[in-house]
Amino acid sequence: MFGIGILKGLGITLRHFVESYWEDLRGGRHRYFTPEGITVRRGKDARGIFTVQYPEEKLPVPEAFRVLPFLVVSTGTDGAEQLRCTACGICARVCPPQCIWIERASDPATGKPVPRPAAFSIDIDRCMNCGYCAEYCPFDAIRMDHRYELASRNRAGHRYNLNKLRQPESYHAGLHPAAYAREQAERAQREARRTGAG
Amino acid sequence: MNLGERFPGRITADGRPGYSGWVCPPDALADAARFLRDAEGFDYLSSLTGVDYPAEDRLEAVYHFYRIADGRCEIVKSPAPRTDPVLPSLTNLFPGAEFQEREAWDLLGIRFSDHPDLRRILLWEGFSGHPLRKDWREPLFEEEAKPFGSRWPAGDPAKEPAAAYARPAGGLSPDGWEPDDDEALYAALERGCDVQPGSLQTECLTVNLGPQHPSTHGVFRVAALLDGETVVNLKPVMGYLHRCHEKIGERNTFNGNIPFTDRLDYLTSLSNNFGYVRAVETLMDLHPPERAEYLRVILAELTRVASHLWSIGFLLNDLGAFFTPALYAIEERELILDVFEAVTGSRMMCNFFRFGGLARDLDADMLETIRGLVADRLTGKVDQLEAYLTGNEILKERCVGVGYLPREKAIAFSAAGPLLRASGVAYDLRKADPYSVYDRFDWDVACRTGCDVYDRYRVRIDEIRQSLRIIRQALDNLPGGPVLAGKPQYQARVPAGEAFGRVEGPKGELGFYVVSNGQPNPWRYHVRAPSFINLTAMAEMCRGGKIADVVAVLGSIDIILGETDR
Repeated sequence: MFGIGILKGLGITLRHFVESYWEDLRGGRHRYFTPEGITVRRGKDARGIFTVQYPEEKLPVPEAFRVLPFLVVSTGTDGAEQLRCTACGICARVCPPQCIWIERASDPATGKPVPRPAAFSIDIDRCMNCGYCAEYCPFDAIRMDHRYELASRNRAGHRYNLNKLRQPESYHAGLHPAAYAREQAERAQREARRTGAG
Repeated sequence: MNLGERFPGRITADGRPGYSGWVCPPDALADAARFLRDAEGFDYLSSLTGVDYPAEDRLEAVYHFYRIADGRCEIVKSPAPRTDPVLPSLTNLFPGAEFQEREAWDLLGIRFSDHPDLRRILLWEGFSGHPLRKDWREPLFEEEAKPFGSRWPAGDPAKEPAAAYARPAGGLSPDGWEPDDDEALYAALERGCDVQPGSLQTECLTVNLGPQHPSTHGVFRVAALLDGETVVNLKPVMGYLHRCHEKIGERNTFNGNIPFTDRLDYLTSLSNNFGYVRAVETLMDLHPPERAEYLRVILAELTRVASHLWSIGFLLNDLGAFFTPALYAIEERELILDVFEAVTGSRMMCNFFRFGGLARDLDADMLETIRGLVADRLTGKVDQLEAYLTGNEILKERCVGVGYLPREKAIAFSAAGPLLRASGVAYDLRKADPYSVYDRFDWDVACRTGCDVYDRYRVRIDEIRQSLRIIRQALDNLPGGPVLAGKPQYQARVPAGEAFGRVEGPKGELGFYVVSNGQPNPWRYHVRAPSFINLTAMAEMCRGGKIADVVAVLGSIDIILGETDR
């Protein structure tokens, strides 16, 4: 019969339509605006309405997610805070859109360069969120942030300086638990080798 | 008989270290191409591009000819002097050369004599200069190659050259320039058909579809000459998304180019990474470890599924089914993008392949998610999509017999991907010229013989099924081990030479022609964009059809403007 294909298709559409209400009834109060609800609606067994009601609901961001970079500030055993960055310049050199400017600090007495940045700027309008700076930093000093709600009306604030870029180590650990655990294990190994050898 | 034997003394082997193929002077080029096509069976012109060698006062056109039958390649280079470069056009032998020769004229200034319509293609018609020449500097020029010295160790963004924005390219003065209302385009449009000039006023109408149009798959324009509702002739106009990708590629380091390749076909970033990384790995003679190869195949095939879901969805959207089938397909794609986000850090701009392997490994959880997605959900959903669409009478009325492209024309127009395979040519790079570990899996090339829009849609459904088959086998046989050959390097040491790294992307054969001279940045970087070259056949497919069919044909070619315009 001519039209059987259309009828079958309409049957599939009708099933999707009915399912969207049925799944909402089945899920009850916990289907929307709860983290469990989002997990149920986004997994491979998802049925019914798929939409995440942003901004009231937000998808959890995976650890590897990369938006803009930030600089990690370590807390030493004596409580002193120190930027991990040594101003080696690898991130500035590896950055594909060249959006990182680093001014290496120098010792005021001798004028010799010291491994710290005097200034660090990132133009977030040019940053392409590729993650190379974080990938190739040898000191785990620059890492990728997860904040993507960056809309603003004024371009003037889009050059982030050192103050805007620094974040404590705890922030980094919270965003990247697995990577942080790996970093700490590597640091412990290096320390053990150093103190064992020395 | 090879080219050197057939034309002794005129055509010589390219003996430069790292190069291969033949060097053919311009006066022998047409004969060489005819010999390759008719006597030796090289019927497929995959890529036509140019390279600028100012030190030797030479612009070189590089041709990659392939044999559909066995996948063999012949590379031919034809040099011309930089002051007045003229080469014979190959459009009468290989119609697929038309747009590529226009691009070589536009960006490098190589003039092709007897080309039917030699106008600029990617840049606007009033542009002066040829940007890919080495002596042409862009308005935002800072230094010849990255990294720029101004960034470290005394980097201060306040010292940026501000006046760069004020200087228009090519010395153009905007105040004195008058637009020419596309005269050359419309003249070419009318020239291509046998309409009498006198009757033009009453019979034919020139209509522009786009560049702002919901169904042109991006900023793309079609100038159509219509007799009532019938298309008499048609010319695609592109370049509205041209972002100087190849010029930027010459300034980037080899490694720094990988994130830029994400942005070519922005729906299939991992496939683009794959092609580029293969080209440079060929130059470096670097081989990724086994685990990396298997993971690359898994990610590339997931990308193919995601791209075809989008393509089918938007074909249906263009036909008027609006967003219902599109969103059913895109829902599944969302789950694949969630996988990409967890693995690579980004849904679309994945930037995950590196020279010698991958950026990171995939852990057991991610592999389980992929396995669950492929085994438990996607197979059933593709069957459901087929049940929903393939038998639909409206789809059949609008797609069967529309956009007919017979087998010989598909090969002659250098069509690639589902466009080629729906015309009965079972040519898939993964089988014809296997790369990575594709030859270890049991799968079939999706090929149909209808040569119309309907069969292109069916080929895409078939390809999704085959991709799911490949992913299942790859997951079952995934070996352990490292995912990168050697240590992570941000400075790739690439020896001098040339390489053409190709992959079978979802849109077709995606190739990267990379020339290195030993420096940290490429000397020449060209993208063989399947969307761009597939459009060469569009006029052929649309002539004689109705204007409404133009949209269906465009949807079946499946173009993406990031790749078309680069």
